[in-house]
Amino acid sequence: MDDRDLSVLWLQSAGCGGCSISLLCSEARDLHASLDSAGVRVLWHPGLSEESGDEARLILERCASGEIPLGALCVEGALLRGPRGTGRFHRHAGTGVVMTEWVRKLAGMARYTLAVGSCAAWGGVASAGENVTDACGLQFEGDQPGGLLGAGWKSRGGLPVINIAGCPCHPDWVTETLTALALGAFGARDLDPLNRPRFFADHLVHHGCTRNEYYEFKASAHKPSDLGCLMENMGCKGTQAHADCNARLWNGSGSCARGGAPCISCTEPGFEEPGHPFHETPKLAGIPIGLPTDMPKAWFVALAALSKSATPKRVRENAVADHQVVVPPVKKTGLK
Amino acid sequence: MTRIIVGPFNRVEGDLEVTLEVRDGRVAEAWAGSPLYRGFEQILRGKHPMDALMFAPRICGICSVSQSMAAASVLADAMGLTAAPNGRITRNLAHAVENIADHFTHFYLFFMPDFARAEYAGRAWHGPAAERFRAVRGSAAAYVLPVRAAFLTAMGTLVGKWPHSLAIQPGGVARALEASEKIRLFGLLRDFRRHLETVLFGDALEAVAALGSEAALARWAAEKPRGDFGAFLGIADDLNLDKLGRGVGRFMSYGGYPQEAGLLLPRGIWNGGLHALDEQAIAEDVSHAWLDGETRHPAQGVTRPQDEKAEGYTWCKAPRLAGLPMETGALARQVVAGHPLARNLAARGGDVKSRVVARLLEIALILPEMEKWVRQLVPGEPFCAQGEMPGTAAGAGLVEAARGALGHWISVADGRIANYQIISPTTWNFSPRDTDGMPGPLEQALVGAPAGEGDVAVQHVVRSFDPCMVCTVH
Ligand code: SF4
Ligand code: SF4
Repeated sequence: MDDRDLSVLWLQSAGCGGCSISLLCSEARDLHASLDSAGVRVLWHPGLSEESGDEARLILERCASGEIPLGALCVEGALLRGPRGTGRFHRHAGTGVVMTEWVRKLAGMARYTLAVGSCAAWGGVASAGENVTDACGLQFEGDQPGGLLGAGWKSRGGLPVINIAGCPCHPDWVTETLTALALGAFGARDLDPLNRPRFFADHLVHHGCTRNEYYEFKASAHKPSDLGCLMENMGCKGTQAHADCNARLWNGSGSCARGGAPCISCTEPGFEEPGHPFHETPKLAGIPIGLPTDMPKAWFVALAALSKSATPKRVRENAVADHQVVVPPVKKTGLK
Repeated sequence: MTRIIVGPFNRVEGDLEVTLEVRDGRVAEAWAGSPLYRGFEQILRGKHPMDALMFAPRICGICSVSQSMAAASVLADAMGLTAAPNGRITRNLAHAVENIADHFTHFYLFFMPDFARAEYAGRAWHGPAAERFRAVRGSAAAYVLPVRAAFLTAMGTLVGKWPHSLAIQPGGVARALEASEKIRLFGLLRDFRRHLETVLFGDALEAVAALGSEAALARWAAEKPRGDFGAFLGIADDLNLDKLGRGVGRFMSYGGYPQEAGLLLPRGIWNGGLHALDEQAIAEDVSHAWLDGETRHPAQGVTRPQDEKAEGYTWCKAPRLAGLPMETGALARQVVAGHPLARNLAARGGDVKSRVVARLLEIALILPEMEKWVRQLVPGEPFCAQGEMPGTAAGAGLVEAARGALGHWISVADGRIANYQIISPTTWNFSPRDTDGMPGPLEQALVGAPAGEGDVAVQHVVRSFDPCMVCTVH
C-alpha cells in the first residue's frame, strides 16, 4: 500500500446493510478495481473481505491502537445507545464490546470519518417511533447536532463527520466522496450545512424529474400508477429533498419518481417521521404545506391557479392515466 | 472440551456470533447468536398501515423487494385486494431479479471465497480456486460485480430503484411499463442468461434445470468443464461437503411467484413426504431470546426487549412449526415443489453441497420463467388495482425470499397498525433453542463439524444457509 493511499475500514452498525448492497450496484466497470485505481484501499469490509473471526478482530484492534494507520472510517447503520445508555442493543459480534465503543475508538484514530447512509448520519429508520433502542447518528440526532460523537467533534483530518446521507445512498455518492478524499480534493467547503457532500446535496430531487411538465401545470396524480406529478397528492418531497436522484439516476435509468413512487426525502434528517402517512401530501385548506422552500407561498398558490387553468388537454388527461392516452401532436411543418 | 466464540462472521449479511463447544476437534454443541436489536415491530405500531411499505424494505438491504412483497401482500390480504395481472407479473419479475441476483452474489462473493483460503493450500484445486474466487481480488469478483450491476438495472426499469423501492403496491406496481421497457427487460434477461450459460454453468439453463438426480449431476459435471458450478462440484467432492452441515430434515416453503392460476412454486412442507402447511401451527418461542413474553402465533405476537435475561443468548426468536424447527431456503422450495434433483439431494436431510446446488438450480429454473413473464406483459392495460384499507382488519403476507420463508402479520385498528410481526427466513434457520431445549436448524447442522485450528468447515456450514442477520433480528 502506497503511503498516500486512503485506507478504509468499514463497520456495519444498526442498519439494514442496504448501503453496502447499493454500493455493489456501482456501474463502474469493476468496483474493487476502480476504487483501487483511485487510491482507495479497503482494509476490511464485513460483507466483502476474506477475513473472518479472529483475523477480522485483529484488524480492528490494530486500527484502534494506531498500528495500522486509518485513512477513513466508514460507518453504516445507526448507533444504538440503549438499553439505559449501555449500548448493548448492539455488541460487535465476536468481540464482546459494544459497537458504540468501537466506533468512538476508531473515529478517534481515523483521518476522516464518514457516515454512510441516513442511519449513520442522523439515526434514520432505526430511530423512528419511540426509538426504544436510543438510536442516533454519528454526529447528529435527527437534525440536531450531537449524536454519538458530539456537535463539536472533528476528525484528525480536521473535518466533522461527512454525512453521505440517503436510504440507501447512491453508490456514486460513496465512491466519489472516497475518491475525492484519496485525491486530497475534499475539504470543509465541500460540505453543506448538514455536512453532506455538496456535489450531490446542492441539487434537488426535483431537478431532472420526468414528471416536471406535469408539475409545471399542476397536473397531479391521484392514485398509484398515474403519470402526473406526485407532489400535490402523493406525498412527494422532491422539491425539497437535497439529492441528485433524477439527474444521476439509479440502477441504470431509474429513480423513485420514475418508479411512480414519491420522493420521501431519504437524504434529509428526520425523513422517517414525517408526521403524515408517506403516501399522502399533507394539506392546509387544500394547499400542500410542504411547498418548495425558496418560493413565497402566495406566489406558488397564484402560479398554481394560473397554470392549472392553462393545462393542455394532453397533460391533464395523461396525469390521471397510467400510460399516455393523448400523445404530443405531430404537426405538418411543410419543411422539405 | 473447549468453548469458543466465532465472530465477527464475515461475508454474511449483518451480525452473527456462533458459540461452539468443541470436543475432540469436533463441534459438540452450538449456539447461534445475533448481537443486534433494531425493533421494527415496535416502530411499526401506531403507524398508518401503508407506512409498512416504507419501513418493511428497510428491514433488509439484501432482500428489500422480498420485504416489500411481504408488506404488499399482508396489506392486500387485509384489504381483500387482488393485484392487476400486469402488476402481479411486474412484481414477480422484480422479486425474481432480486432472488436470482442474490443466489448469484452469494455463490461468488460470499460462499466461494472460503476455498481460496490458505488453509486449503495443499489441495489440487486450490491454485485455480484462489485465482478465481479470492475475496475482492479474485478474477470472479472483477467479472461478477459488473454483470450483477447490469442485471440489477432491471430494477431501475421495473420499480425505480433498488434497494428500497416504494413502487411495490398491494394492487401491483406504482408505474406501468411501456412497450419499449418491456423490450429492454427482455434484452437484460437474455444478457444475463448468456453470462450464466457461458461462465457459471457451461451449458443451457434448460439442460441444468433438467438434471434429475445427483448421479445425473455428477455425469453432467464429468462430461466436460462446467464453468464455476463445475469447479464447485469438484471441490465439494474432494471436501465431502455432502456430509457436512446435515440439517433437521424438515423443509418448509410458503410458495412463490403467483401466476394467473395458483403459485408457480407451491406452498408446503417436506419431511420425507409432502404435507400441507398449516399456517396456524406457526409460533415463535422467546425462551432463549432477550425478549419478554410467551410462545405465540405471530398474529398475536409481542416484541418487548428484556436484555437482562439469564437464559437469553440472542435477539432472535425461535419460530417453530407445530413445535418443530424447519429448514427454509432454495433447497426447501425446490424439494416442496418436487424437483427431482432437489428431492434426491434432500433425502440426506440437507447439507452444505445440497444447499449450494439448490440455489444454482433455482437460477436455471427461474430465469426462463422470467422470460415468459416479460412476454405476458400488456402495456396499456392497468398495472395497479386500487383499494381501501378498512379501519379494522387483519392479514398475513407469506412470500419466499431468496433465503426462504418470509412472513408478515398485521392487525389494523382505528386505521392504525395495532400489531405487526415479521418472521424472516434466517429467523427460522438460525433460531436459538426453544423451551424444550431443542436447538435451531443451524445449531443442529453444526454438530459434528470439524472445528480445530484453521478449520474452515464451520464457515462453510454457516454460509451454506446464506444467513441474513439484519433480517433475522429486524
Ligand atoms: S440508511 Fe437505509 S439503506 Fe442504509 S443501512 Fe440504514 S436503513 Fe439501510
Ligand atoms: S428520490 Fe428521494 S426518496 Fe428517492 S432516493 Fe432520492 S432522495 Fe431518497
